[in-house]
Amino acid sequence: MLNVAQYHVAYGQSEVLHGLDFTVAPGEIIAIMGRNGMGKTTLMKSLMGIVPTSNGAAAVDGVDITTMKSYERVSKGIAYVPQGRMIFPTMTVQENIETGLTISGRSKVPGDIYDLFPVLLDMKGRRGGNLSGGQQQQLAIARALATNPKVLLLDEPTEGIQPSIIREMGRVLKRIRDERGLSIVVSEQVLSFALDVADRVLVLENGRLVHDEPRASVDEEKVSAFLSV
Amino acid sequence: MFADYSWTELGSIFAMQGFAGLILFSVFVLMALGLAIIFGQMGVINMAHGEFMILGAYVTYLCSNIVETYIPSLFGIYFFFAMALAFVAAGALGALVEWSLIRHLYKRPLDTLLATWGLSLILQQAYRSIFGAREVGVSLPNWLLGSVPLTDIIEIPINGIFVMVLTLVIAIGVYFILFRSRMGMQTRAVVQNRVMAGAVGINTEKVDRHTFALGCGIAGIAGSAFTMIGSTGPTAGQLYIVDTFLIVVFGGAASLLGTIASSFAISQAQSTMEFFLSGSMAKVLTLLTVVGILMLRPEGLFSLKIRR
Repeated sequence: MLNVAQYHVAYGQSEVLHGLDFTVAPGEIIAIMGRNGMGKTTLMKSLMGIVPTSNGAAAVDGVDITTMKSYERVSKGIAYVPQGRMIFPTMTVQENIETGLTISGRSKVPGDIYDLFPVLLDMKGRRGGNLSGGQQQQLAIARALATNPKVLLLDEPTEGIQPSIIREMGRVLKRIRDERGLSIVVSEQVLSFALDVADRVLVLENGRLVHDEPRASVDEEKVSAFLSV
Repeated sequence: MFADYSWTELGSIFAMQGFAGLILFSVFVLMALGLAIIFGQMGVINMAHGEFMILGAYVTYLCSNIVETYIPSLFGIYFFFAMALAFVAAGALGALVEWSLIRHLYKRPLDTLLATWGLSLILQQAYRSIFGAREVGVSLPNWLLGSVPLTDIIEIPINGIFVMVLTLVIAIGVYFILFRSRMGMQTRAVVQNRVMAGAVGINTEKVDRHTFALGCGIAGIAGSAFTMIGSTGPTAGQLYIVDTFLIVVFGGAASLLGTIASSFAISQAQSTMEFFLSGSMAKVLTLLTVVGILMLRPEGLFSLKIRR
């Protein structure tokens, strides 16, 4: 569903990602692990068209998106839940989700989104900025799902969220995958969450993928060695 | 200063100055609405806003002359065409300016101040070259002339009432565009987080252009209304731009209601004080009050209470 080949990303002269290759199958959840500064967020941003790709290619469902602008990528099926949520604080919960409907041109929020996140239905008239961190995270996921994506990118979704909500989020992500059959790429530092949701675990170290293994055979100690400072 | 007047005279003075203030209020609101969109929403300091208004005024002037000369039968209703044309002309110029100038400066807000100030000088000279340095006035159709006598001493000019009704209609229209329409929702999303708006599928460049054009178009309508109460000259926009920024900041940058409330307060204060004191003294007092209130409430009169 998502094909990334020889993917290089640089800020000016300093290259951050040195040629990544990976594919995500339809309905697969992959976790990209790595410590701070290893390039996880850069990878997400460049897949979303926020940071330009310097070399290589990315394709969604066979369509090359490497040089597209963000909103064009959304129409090709990529959705993004950024680090720090980045919901629109002065807009209501419902309006926040509706921004995701721009591409499809629909005007009503589909009911299945509120089914996934019933708390958002209760709060649909509240301003996004007044929600708690966990609720904002759900809102950011709901907004991304409103674009009806084929590939969902989540950048450190567990950051700053309490453990019970993290477990709940793991369940929701798997439910989304099962119901919609979409592929999910989640970047993560928390190993337990990654092992909980992912079918495959990749480790990003200094801008290179140094480890790629299915969940079933993952050696926890080896992966956590990459994560420890 | 009140001692020279009897009570009835004072009452009438307040009523008539209050009404003059209402007309000033209307022009302020129309100008400030455009600026509230461009400055309050987009964060672009548009020093050329007054010149967009004057463009609308000149378009109205041209319309009035052309209609009067060639199709005098339509003279009674030319003003409505003129307003629509003023909106289109100012909006089109706005879109052009956004495309050629402003869009390169979204990440450098202070540079927009310099760039648009330069633009305002260019436009002023362009008006001077095209229309001449002398101020021009439009001729109004008969039904807009005259006044309605309320009592023996209080009279209310009809064009003032017209300007106020116009302002009301436009203010409601802007509210619906910004808060009840799809375009408004996209505008607010882009304004709050341009990068993220793109990442949920909004074409941010298109939205920016439309928003800027809308703000300029409303300034054009303000110019159209302005012709009824003042004469149009190349530099007339300059007189209003500072007041307009003051209103938008005082009202709370992102709030339409605040913009309207602060235009009301400032225009009424000025108009009433100008009668009893000199014009500059009135301005000094208004500014001091505004500065005082802004020290207590830096976000303006009306600001949204949310976590940031």
